[in-house]
This record gives sequence, C-alpha cells and structure tokens, in this order.
Amino acid sequence: MILAVIEYDRSPQGAQLNDLSLQMLALGRRLAEQLHGPLHAVVIGAGGRSVAGSLGGHGVAVVHLVEDGSGRLEEYAPQAWARAIVEVTSAVQPAAVLAAGTDRGHELMAHVGAQLDLPVAANCTEVTPGDPWMVTRLRWGGSLLEEAELGGAVKLLTVAPHSFAAEEVDAAAPRIASFSPQLEETDFRVRVAGRVEPDRSKISLADAKVVVGGGRGVGSPEAFALLEEIASLLGGTVGCSRAVTSLGWRPHADQVGQTGTRIAPDLYLACGISGAIQHMVGCRSAKHLIAINKDPDAPIMAQADYTVVGDLQQVLPALRDALREAVGQHRDAAPAVR
Amino acid sequence: MTLDILVCVKRVPATGGKITLTPDERHIDTRYASFTMSPHEECGVEEALRLVEKHGGTTTVLTLGPAVAADQLRDAMAMGVQRAILLQTGENEWDPGETARAIVTEIERQRAAGHDFDLVLVGNEAADSGDYQVGIRVAHALGRPAVNGVKSLEITGSTAVVKREAAGGWEIFEIDLPAVIGVKEGINLPRYPTVPGRLRAKKAPIETRMLSEPADGLASLRMRRLKLPPAKGEKGETLGRGVEAVPALVEVLRRLEIVTP
Repeated sequence: MILAVIEYDRSPQGAQLNDLSLQMLALGRRLAEQLHGPLHAVVIGAGGRSVAGSLGGHGVAVVHLVEDGSGRLEEYAPQAWARAIVEVTSAVQPAAVLAAGTDRGHELMAHVGAQLDLPVAANCTEVTPGDPWMVTRLRWGGSLLEEAELGGAVKLLTVAPHSFAAEEVDAAAPRIASFSPQLEETDFRVRVAGRVEPDRSKISLADAKVVVGGGRGVGSPEAFALLEEIASLLGGTVGCSRAVTSLGWRPHADQVGQTGTRIAPDLYLACGISGAIQHMVGCRSAKHLIAINKDPDAPIMAQADYTVVGDLQQVLPALRDALREAVGQHRDAAPAVR
Repeated sequence: MTLDILVCVKRVPATGGKITLTPDERHIDTRYASFTMSPHEECGVEEALRLVEKHGGTTTVLTLGPAVAADQLRDAMAMGVQRAILLQTGENEWDPGETARAIVTEIERQRAAGHDFDLVLVGNEAADSGDYQVGIRVAHALGRPAVNGVKSLEITGSTAVVKREAAGGWEIFEIDLPAVIGVKEGINLPRYPTVPGRLRAKKAPIETRMLSEPADGLASLRMRRLKLPPAKGEKGETLGRGVEAVPALVEVLRRLEIVTP
C-alpha cells in the first residue's frame, strides 16, 4: 500500500486540491499498482473534508481524514501534522509515504523522517520499488540528477514538481475514514499564528505570463526602469539574477533562480544575464526564452529559443520604442497586449 | 537576553555556467571550480551576526565535511563569526540523517562544555544535495521547535517571531527559544568580509573533530551515481545583432502572441 499526503489550498471559494499533490498522486497510483496494493491518502483538518471525495478520481481508495475535535489541526502546525501522519502510517503500514515536493511537503516529510528515524528522499523524479528501492532525485535545483538507494522499513519521499502529469481515472468515490491522532500540547508549539495575505493587485513573479529579467549586464539600478517599461508594455513583470540582488540593485523578491523564485511564464526575456546554473534552474519552466546578450558565447545563448547579440543600451531603447508603437497602434482595440 | 547562536554551513562547489562530472560519476568535477558556502547558509551567518550585534551574545559556525571545508569556516569568521567547529569527514558524502546525528552530538558536547546555544541556524536546503531536512532532524533530536524557509526573524525576550512566504503572502510563527530555524536567501544581504577580518580569520583556531564513517547497513539515502539531465535538443534561432534585430524580435513576440495581433 502507498500512503499519499495531500495538500489543499484555502481560498474564498473553498478548499482546493493542490496541483502538485495531484501530480504526486500519479506516481502514487503507479507505485500502488506495481506493488499490487491500494493507494491511500491522508488529508489533515476538517477543512479538507470537501476535497477528500474528489481524490477517488485520482486513484485513491481510502482517505484518512485527520481531525482531533479541538480545531487545533485546522491551521498548519508542522510537528503536529507530521505526528498525525506518523500515526496513520503506524495504523495502515504502507510501503511508502509520499508528499509533493513543496515547502510544506518537504517540511512535513522531514518531521516524519525525524520522528520515525528513517531517511527521506526529497524531490524524486523516478521511484523503482525493489531490494533496494531506487530513486532518481533532483540536485542543484534540477540541474543535476542523483540515483540513490533509499533504505528504511517505510520509504519516505517527496515528488519533484512537474515530474508527473496529474491523471484522472474512472473510479468509485473513496472511503473516507476519520482518524483522530493522540497529540500533545508540545506538538503544537510551532503553529501558524498569523498570515499576511498576498497583494492581489500586483502581478507576482511566480505567476506572471511575461517576465523581463535583468542581469549584471543591465549596468545600474536606474537602468532597470527601461526593463520595467518593456515589462509593462508586454503585460508582465521584472525579474533579475542573483548577481543583481547581491549588488543590492533589486530586492531579493525579484530574484529568479534556485535560491529565488521559480518562474513559469509564457515568455522569459532575459537581458544581460549570462545564464549561471543557479539562474537557469529558476526559469526552466518558461515556455519560451529569448536572450539578449552582448556575449554570443554566454551559456544562456545556447539554451534560449531566440537570441539577440547586442548591447542592451542600444537594443532595449529600440525595443521599447518598437513596442510602444506596436502596442500604441492597437491600444484602442483592447486588449492590445495580454 | 543575550544570544548564543550556532550557524551550520555547507561547503559546495560554485557551479557557474556548466556542471561536469568526474569519471566515476560520483562527484562534480571541481578541477576548475572554486567552492563557496551554500547561499542560504551564508545568509544564516549574516543573520547570526546581526542578532548578536543587536542583542549581544556569541556566534559559532559549524560545518561537517572534508578538511578543506575549513575554508568556509574561515569565510564565516572573516565576516565576523567568533568560533568555528569542523566535524571532519572523508570525501564520501553523509546523508541528512547521519549529518544531523553528528551535529546533535556536537551540540551536546558543546553544552557540556558550557556553550548552550539558544538558537541554531541552518539553511533551508543545501544548494547541492537539496534534502530540506537536516535542521528539522537536529531540532527533533534536541526536543526543540523548528521552522524552515524563514525570510524574516525578530527576537523579543525568549520568543522568535518568524515569517515565511506561502501562497504569495506570508505565514507568521511565534516560537520559544531555544529553537532551530532554517533561513532562506533574501532574509538579508550578507556583508563582505573586511581585510582585517580575513587576516584575523586566517589565524583563528578551528576546533576540529575527526569523525569516522557512519556504520554501513543503517537505513540511509545512499547516492550511487550522478547524471546530467538530457540537454536541450536544437540550438535557438539567432535574430541578429544590435538594434537591427529589433524588428525580428517584435515579429517573434507577435508570433508567440505576446504582442497581438
């Protein structure tokens, strides 16, 4: 049997299953079939009840809905949630416990691994049961892969985002089994005490359809104004490389890369960015990459779909003017630009 | 209250633009590479220095790795960290569980010697292995609270108020010290070492413990080999040079329906 830890997001419209959890279930279902066992899921908090039923369509036979009557589990509390997952694990004895490779998934599985004193393989892209179990996992944010043996009586792992496509299957509604864990007060010593809601008036870097990225080659903090204008003409937002945040030219929130934000726009226009691995890891999910760089041999030029070799000081003003014209012509026939 | 802070750091290759593997496919070829502190942890060092500048106390840096990892301890000392501890291993990589056990043993040894850390700072995840778990394992073994992914940290009395990004907004936690906190780059902008700092760090003592390889047969995550992901197939299309390329560039933006029609 495989046990999958499900994340759901709360929105004003109600609870919604996390896409990365659905992707993880595709691997979970595959492993369950290989082991000739069922796929179970654990959903924490009564707030997840409304999404539990729909997990059947992703191959889940039984959902363990964790509530303890106190309401304490409704808000994220990593140690307590992990304790609950450990208790479900002890009760149902799965061969493996899977979570999505999200901040929360990694944190929960780290706690589960610590509590059970078992190894955890993070960000797996392939999992092969056997003796031993073999996993392929991401290193360096995905610019390197590792093949490893995963030990332990129960295999604990997280699934790298976008390694599997979510699959819908024809299946009966899952059985919903309420599960009440035995939790101590100390399990709740780390619990979300407050939230700052996102500013929905701004285009977030992670969700932007167009990102105009600037590297050290932009030349100065002031020169980013031109990138801002081009981004605005294209209906997008500005990102930057780690070199730029290290220089203090832009806030870290703008940084695209392994230690910054992972972006997935329709277009990434990279200006004066050399293409260090740390950066490329952050924009690998862009559908199209256009690079403008004065160095034709910069690593990014080999990875871009389209390249322009040139000095940003000349190319960018000309591009801005051309876009003003292109967009201006159609400004009345809205929407001119997506 | 003053703060005694331990920062755990990891030595990693500076990857630059390209990764090449050694012939045995077990390491990154570092013949032409330099090494650095993993980025989140460099911010951990900076955060420790700022907290102690504000509240008073001591800073200690620790790493587990080969003898040459002393370089990264000296980098931290050049930034201003007072003490350094090297848990010296051979060339083989230790898995996160083994690493955490060794750190816990050292923290307990330090406590017995009178250094009881109020705060242990780690990086959210190491740049190379990306395991996301050493700090949490250390916290669990010590019976302390842990929060990972922290991008804002304020300490008042014996409470830490930490924030981390979640779904475009922020989650806020209040936890009691002693605690383990995993920080993320962006929490601060690390300072550059000063020249006197470098000179002082060069001569500073490093407490070194020789560790023997973890026993075989323990449940572990054991790397067998590394491999590069498949390379991108065809090379991109060159649109031209300088301003003359701009019409072609706008044409591409139209074709991709970024600019319509």
